[in-house]
Amino acid sequence: MKEFAALYTALDQTTRTSAKTAALAAYFASAPEADRLWTVALLSGRRPRRSITTSRLRLWAAERAGIPTWLFETCYPVVGDLSETIALILPPPQTRIEASLSDWIADLRALDGADDAKRRDFVLRAWDGLDPTQRFIFNKLITGGWRMGVSQKLMTRALAQATGIDEAELTHRLMGDWSPDTTTWQGLIAAPDPQAALSRPYPFALAHQLDLAPDALGPVTDWLAEDKWDGIRGQLIRRGGSHHLWSRGEELMTDRFPELATLAQALPDGTVIDGEVLAWDHRAAHPLAFARLQPRIARKSVPARLLAEAPVIMMAYDLLEWEGRDLRAQPFAQRRAGLAQLLGGLADGVALRLSPALGAPDWAGLATLRAQARARGAEGLMLKRLDAPYRMGRHRGDMWKWKLDPLTIDAVMIYAQAGSGRRATLYTDFTFAVRDGAGFVPFAKAYSGLSDAEFRAITAWVRQHTTDRFGPVRAVRPELVFEIAFEGIQASPRHKSGVALRFPRMARWRRDKPVAEVASLDDLKAMLAQYG
Amino acid sequence: MVLEFREAGIYCPAADAYIDPWRPVARALITHGHSDHARAGHGSYLATRAAAPVMRHRLGDIRLATLPYGEVLRIGDARVSFHPAGHVPGSAQIRIEVAGEVWVVSGDYKTVADGLSEAFEPVACHAFISECTFGLPIYDWPSEAVLAQQINGWWAETRARGQTAVLGVYALGKAQRVLRLLDPGIGPILTHGAIEATNAVLRGQGIALPDTVAVAPGLDLAACRGAMVLAPPSALGSAWMRRFGPVSTGIASGWMQLRGVRRRRGADRGFVMSDHADWAGLNAAIAATGAERVFVTHGYTAPFARWLGEQGYEAGIVATEFGGEALDLPEVEPDPDRDTRNDTDPPLAARQSAP
Repeated sequence: MKEFAALYTALDQTTRTSAKTAALAAYFASAPEADRLWTVALLSGRRPRRSITTSRLRLWAAERAGIPTWLFETCYPVVGDLSETIALILPPPQTRIEASLSDWIADLRALDGADDAKRRDFVLRAWDGLDPTQRFIFNKLITGGWRMGVSQKLMTRALAQATGIDEAELTHRLMGDWSPDTTTWQGLIAAPDPQAALSRPYPFALAHQLDLAPDALGPVTDWLAEDKWDGIRGQLIRRGGSHHLWSRGEELMTDRFPELATLAQALPDGTVIDGEVLAWDHRAAHPLAFARLQPRIARKSVPARLLAEAPVIMMAYDLLEWEGRDLRAQPFAQRRAGLAQLLGGLADGVALRLSPALGAPDWAGLATLRAQARARGAEGLMLKRLDAPYRMGRHRGDMWKWKLDPLTIDAVMIYAQAGSGRRATLYTDFTFAVRDGAGFVPFAKAYSGLSDAEFRAITAWVRQHTTDRFGPVRAVRPELVFEIAFEGIQASPRHKSGVALRFPRMARWRRDKPVAEVASLDDLKAMLAQYG
Repeated sequence: MVLEFREAGIYCPAADAYIDPWRPVARALITHGHSDHARAGHGSYLATRAAAPVMRHRLGDIRLATLPYGEVLRIGDARVSFHPAGHVPGSAQIRIEVAGEVWVVSGDYKTVADGLSEAFEPVACHAFISECTFGLPIYDWPSEAVLAQQINGWWAETRARGQTAVLGVYALGKAQRVLRLLDPGIGPILTHGAIEATNAVLRGQGIALPDTVAVAPGLDLAACRGAMVLAPPSALGSAWMRRFGPVSTGIASGWMQLRGVRRRRGADRGFVMSDHADWAGLNAAIAATGAERVFVTHGYTAPFARWLGEQGYEAGIVATEFGGEALDLPEVEPDPDRDTRNDTDPPLAARQSAP
């Protein structure tokens, strides 16, 4: 663990990307193979299964530190991280245990099925034999949720430096649901096994928000416009006689969407399609609200009732592989023609549709189509350059999101809660309300959109204007007014206000507005009637 | 009651005097020279002899009397004395005895000796008014030796990369404490005007400090590449910094114990160094007074009072307007070449750092 702790410290002690890359590359070049592989896994969001509950960890840590549990629970929100809280409150180590990162992980997994006393014994012994940084890492191995200030991209770049393998190729090799149990350093990175590549998705192409007038993009004929659909971006893979559906977050979603199984079987081997999974109203040929899709994301297996209530389709955007050939270097126009031909040959009623091209003679015409996007169940338009290859990641210039301006409403803050991590000492998570008769009714929570300076000022205000406390939540005097922006509004019987917003955030702190001018529940209901 | 808690501050009726008042009063007893404790506008001031030069430097022409540590002064019906608090040079706890009942106001204090401030001395009392800026068990300070190793190590690495190290520290106390830890063999030590002015005051009262060079117009900065620059935290990230070329930035503060705060401040390095007591220090100091009643001020007052209650003390909370160790940058960038007298003033957001 010493090498990994040193790596962690080196990464933690700098804000410069070049220094982080160099520290990682040096680690990848020298650490034992098993540790390297686990490091790649941890930094790409793959963590060992949780073998001990956090409630047990909290209890044992408080016991070991000799403090009451309420005091532990007071410290936790101040620190903003459970692993760090535990590492900070424990007494200094009494012994020194030398074991590698992969040894610790193996030991932790050996606790599967062990009784409580044995787990407790193991954890207390570990805490007593590790310095604070190593304790923090040990706790993180149990609780998961790594954030070492290193993106997967930065990690891949360092890996490319250390191995001499091309960064794009490495990015592709690291896709999919591998784990250090199912592969080795050799098998994954150094000399990959072609069999293992069968289920592997391609790195997704992502778009930037259009931040200039569309005329700046050149002739409208260079571009293909489509609706920007609000579902789950996915990649459907048909290879080696089976199919796989991946989310953009590289999560395997195959079993959650059984509708796509028959479709996938209708595709020939060696086919990969990029698209959007949407809940779909087949009769109206129109997408259902994103909220209808949400219960399907949450569950691994789908009951028949849910299948009937929120059936899905895949709206196809692009063809990445055909007859086993990687098409990503081809121009988009050619890939899209191939996709159209493929879909044209499928039987009617299959759960796969081509995302329609929206034609207009000029940018003004497209602007009109964009303004009507909400009526088609879309969030705006996507603009894709017809001669562009399919690039990985966010690349400026080939693909743009041209979203509708958000809906907005003025509301008052009524509850505040501290953030976590770097925002642990600030009140950043707020609940907003609109007027309802003489009182207020909460309708949205938001935690983004303001500057650190604004959060600091609001934090000071919250401390002075708290009227009640509910655990970590403070009720505050309803005085601060904010403009809340959101992408959509839906009826929701689960919420007191009767509505649920999509992507609410703070567009502005309206210091100029008195609370008497915030919107009312009737205003909100009018928006629901118009846009819901 | 020997002491009362009033709008203007902590008040002693027997002496008709306030301790570290935050509104103008006729007679003020001052624990130390930080600007949230020694404010302008009082009729008369009483402080320790060692605190006086800095107070005069910061507050100008004030009516200030001094008292050596341990010496008792009779004011009205009260017997008043000052005792070392270990916070910064000249800092004191104030002991007040009225008709045999003893109360002590801690001011800001630190129990571990830093080689600079007069070392903290526990004072037996019936009631103790204690700060608790860092009154949670997550705060546990490293030793001076470890800090010296960390800061000098960082400086040497920074210098080896051809960069200048800029460390954010408060002008009174922390800056001089760091100066005593620095290894002058590594390179030259530069100081911001606000810090150099305080250095001059402390040197003038006989406190030995290593040689420093004030950053002033005309200084050949190219020749100083690889230096250690001490600056108020507010100067970090300001236009004042640009003159140094490539830099590595550090902050020395108790708040650097928390990774989230370190990341939020965006400095390259955070050193856990505070002029306040950590959790163990607070608990040990309170136990050493033998007090039965403890009032806590400033910081995590609610949980700390509850904790003390569970340890068998009669514990209460006093609302004060002390800033303690400011967590955040002031909102306004300082004028770099001016002596920023109020650089220890906490920003609004940190006035009350209780969760």
